[in-house]
Amino acid sequence: MNTSATYQTWRKAKNLIMSALSLACAVAVIAPLGLILFYLIKAGAGAIDWHFLTQLPKPVGETGGGMSNAIVGTLTLLALASILGVPVGVLGGVYLSEYGGERTNWWIRFGADVLNGVPSIVWGIVAYALVVVPMKGFSTYAGGVALGLMMIPLIIRTTEEVLLLVPNGYREAALALGISRWKIIVRIVMKTALKGIVTGVLLAAGRVAGETAPLLFTAFGNRFWTHHLRDPIAALPLQIFTYAISPYDDWHRQAWAGALVLILVIFLINIGVRTLTRGRFSEVAK
Amino acid sequence: MNVDLTAPQSKRESDPPVVARPGLALSAIPTKREMPSRATPVSEVAFEVSDLCCWFGQHQAVYDLSLRIPAKAVTAIIGPSGCGKSTFLRCLNRMHELVRGSRLSGQIRLFGEDIYGPRVDATLVRRRVGMVFQKSNPFPTMSVGDNVTVGLRLNGVRDRRVREEWMERALRMAALWDEVKDHLDRPGTSLSGGQQQRLCIARALAVQPEVLLMDEPASALDPIATTKIEELIQELKRDYTIVIVTHNMQQAARCSDYTAFFYLGRLVEYDKTEKVFTNPSNKQTEDYVTGRFG
Repeated sequence: MNTSATYQTWRKAKNLIMSALSLACAVAVIAPLGLILFYLIKAGAGAIDWHFLTQLPKPVGETGGGMSNAIVGTLTLLALASILGVPVGVLGGVYLSEYGGERTNWWIRFGADVLNGVPSIVWGIVAYALVVVPMKGFSTYAGGVALGLMMIPLIIRTTEEVLLLVPNGYREAALALGISRWKIIVRIVMKTALKGIVTGVLLAAGRVAGETAPLLFTAFGNRFWTHHLRDPIAALPLQIFTYAISPYDDWHRQAWAGALVLILVIFLINIGVRTLTRGRFSEVAK
Repeated sequence: MNVDLTAPQSKRESDPPVVARPGLALSAIPTKREMPSRATPVSEVAFEVSDLCCWFGQHQAVYDLSLRIPAKAVTAIIGPSGCGKSTFLRCLNRMHELVRGSRLSGQIRLFGEDIYGPRVDATLVRRRVGMVFQKSNPFPTMSVGDNVTVGLRLNGVRDRRVREEWMERALRMAALWDEVKDHLDRPGTSLSGGQQQRLCIARALAVQPEVLLMDEPASALDPIATTKIEELIQELKRDYTIVIVTHNMQQAARCSDYTAFFYLGRLVEYDKTEKVFTNPSNKQTEDYVTGRFG
């Protein structure tokens, strides 16, 4: 072993440099989040008040008004998207983990990974062709389909991963009890992985909640309440987009507030995920 | 004395007459589907295995195995790792076929019925042939009580009272009742290692199988827990046919009535345990049981 003083100094210096580098990278990861939050709160917090949360947008030229319809719209779209995306995604994940053969699985995984990388505007075009054109108009359905389609590949992969984490011993134990396959999957395997599955669903929901592009020519946006799912609907990202490119100061202010609300929604979803994933597999779901 | 175990029933004339359905007479338990016939066993032979060969893809794990496993006795299967003993065990409850690329040929009869017959449902075979694994695996999302009743619950026994009655009986049979009766709603995974393994035995017993397969049930347990499991095996053999795979030769000698020695996928010797351990007829068996190899 080289114990000379120069070598030791050099070794310590290298250690210090590497530590500093990784610390710098860690800061670089966190810093944008801090900056975004700081900016959003600075610019948006002042604009969030009761009116913002409860009122409809005011006509052009009038100040005040709010984004209540967009908040409700985003939640409606998320619900619709989940109705489409969650069952297909979760069952697709179940197929990959429990049933599929190696070759089919490879293709499905490949497909899901490619779809995960498809630009979100393309999903908007797909929903436009699938829903808007046949229904002859922008609608909540179209927005829900666009977001739901985006959720599917995300949920498929997370569901598959958490199901594969369930030790095979449980499946074998259940098989040895003479329990039928689908009951084992639903009542034992999926139940064991439930938190993971829910986590995946929430992450996918959080991911699509902030999407603007797929909604541009599907949900389209609406300055009023939407009374039927056949009609266009407002959504926070759309509203933020519209307000941000407008020439009015009051709308800019509201765009900041909307962005803050959207970030808070996604934050809440993520906190929900964190709470759920804590102590996974360790406690009993009774 | 050279006992011919290809026909073990002829040597056990002193045993009580055969009862319909070994194990517990529970035909009263309602199940959604008709179980495969649990007709009176034709003899004291539980399993009659003939010319069994098993493969994993291209690799053959078991060669031309023929033997008879007597009912209501403990049959130990010993042999070095990779000798095909676990594979053989998993053929007895049709778990071998679950491995991708696995194959088998030959015939296995359980109380006279071909369990690989064309119209036999593997799921129903597994209800008759329970299994306990090397690693205890209580379901982590379920309480102690639910772990025991899960087989009944998911096999269509709706009546909660029936299930609870069986939970208690199974836990008593597994010698676990006194230790857990006051906290049946605690997670199954909160028990100690030995208790968890007995919980798994109770879980297997609760569905009222006729046979209990044990794949190295005590190899992950400390000596005290091991003793408990072995005592339990002695208790259970009054009602059940038990086939136990073990690496522990003392264990085989202590708790089994018959011992089969497997080597390189073939059955080398199969005889009364006493004979296998004291006066084996095969040189390989002798070398193995005396610890000269393996």
